[in-house]
Amino acid sequence: MPEPLLEVRALDAHYQDFQALFGVSLEIAAGEVIAVIGANGAGKSTLLKSIAGVMRSRPDAIVFAGRPIGDWPAHAVVAQGIALVPEGRRLFPSLSVEENLLIGAQLRRPGPWNLKRVYDLFPILGERRRMPSTALSGGQQQMAAIGRALMSNPKLLLCDEISLGLAPIVIRDLCARLPSIVAEGSSVIVVEQDIVQALKAAKRVYCLQEGRVALTGLSTQLTREAVSAAYFGA
Amino acid sequence: MQWLNVIIQGVLVGGLYAMFAAGLALIFGVMRLVNIAHGDLIVLAAYLALVATDALGINPLTAILIVAPVMGAIGYGLQRGLLNRTLGDDVLPPLLVTFGLSIIIQNALLELFTADSRRLAAGAIEVESFPLVEGVSIGVLPLLQFVAAVAVIGALQVLFYRTALGRAFRATSDDPAVAQLMGLDNRHVFALAMALSLAVVAVAGVLLAIRTNFDPAIGPARLIFGFEAVIIGGLGSLWGTFAGGIILGVAQAIGAHINPGWQVLAGHLAFLIILALRPEGLFPKVQG
Repeated sequence: MPEPLLEVRALDAHYQDFQALFGVSLEIAAGEVIAVIGANGAGKSTLLKSIAGVMRSRPDAIVFAGRPIGDWPAHAVVAQGIALVPEGRRLFPSLSVEENLLIGAQLRRPGPWNLKRVYDLFPILGERRRMPSTALSGGQQQMAAIGRALMSNPKLLLCDEISLGLAPIVIRDLCARLPSIVAEGSSVIVVEQDIVQALKAAKRVYCLQEGRVALTGLSTQLTREAVSAAYFGA
Repeated sequence: MQWLNVIIQGVLVGGLYAMFAAGLALIFGVMRLVNIAHGDLIVLAAYLALVATDALGINPLTAILIVAPVMGAIGYGLQRGLLNRTLGDDVLPPLLVTFGLSIIIQNALLELFTADSRRLAAGAIEVESFPLVEGVSIGVLPLLQFVAAVAVIGALQVLFYRTALGRAFRATSDDPAVAQLMGLDNRHVFALAMALSLAVVAVAGVLLAIRTNFDPAIGPARLIFGFEAVIIGGLGSLWGTFAGGIILGVAQAIGAHINPGWQVLAGHLAFLIILALRPEGLFPKVQG
């Protein structure tokens, strides 16, 4: 196995007195798609927030491209090439669709993604680029949030619950674009409650339960029973 | 014709208030910080211009070119070194700290420059005027102030809605946490906003000091005028703030014309009436 792009080593995370993650370890290679699944409150979002620098950790708990970045602030982490699509999309409401995308390109990291490529991937955004981001439907907002993250030309894209609150047909549509993102050289971590979508999109799966990795393996080899046991606890 | 004259003079003065207000509105908009020291920073800019004109023998209007960058640098340093530490979920710390700052600036100026009234001498331009129509003449200096206000507000508008920096300001204002995920360092963005605010303050402060006498204690009243203009205009746009300044200026001019003692009172009354009838201001922010 080649040198992993990102390595999470025995990561703990706390919200004041509450410990949300207990010694979570995970790795992802360049060009790989992995899924992190688990029930509500299992620590999935906390894991992504820690990787993205929204929550600070021990420096060597998160190693990206050989660099310990656990204690870096979010704005420095994204400059290294990790972009987070936050839960709930969180577009900037007073910015137009195009301005939201341009904010993502703020750092001018070189790479394949630019406005034109994002509009090729999501044509509807191109049609609506002058509109306020609040005028988009839920699915379109999610496209804009993904596009915004891509504009920073990340080596690693973190997607937090992109299916949340969207119709199944929209989710299928979004997942269908994932391969074109990976083809441009980004690795992707998808965090999902929707296990079916997660297993379909990712090669490997980590299942979190109450802040610990309860199960990990190739998505093709995991049985429904094993996943369900890891998901809900036996 | 007399009333036309009064209103025109009020409009011209209103430009100055609009500049006071624009600086306040800018930092409130970007980082929800209410700067109680804003008025004293206006006075500080006036004293900086005084020092610059005395030391270099330059015209006060030229001194703006020095004072604006200096005030901008002070703003950046103040935000990075002090005010960023006060920002958080609680609105009280920034209020208290800027209130303290206001007292410190007033007393420092008192110590350095005494309580004597000072004025910036701009030469012949101070009294020059030209007739507009019969019975109405416009002073060159008030007109210059008004034009400066339009230029400053227009430039801020372009900066906010047409540039990458403005986009960063608006994004950080919308959602500071997600703005960080886009690679924006909030501490730096906030400091740039404060720098910009104090550069505007510098222009306003110097123009104020050419127009009227100033001493270390006049800051708080300028703060009130700025606040009133912001609230009259609503927080929707900078042009709304501009309109707020004009309305305040006109109200004061009308009050002063009726009775010289009523100038400030009339401004406050106009403010209270608008606050009572339209608490959200004349041009409020439209939530999409």
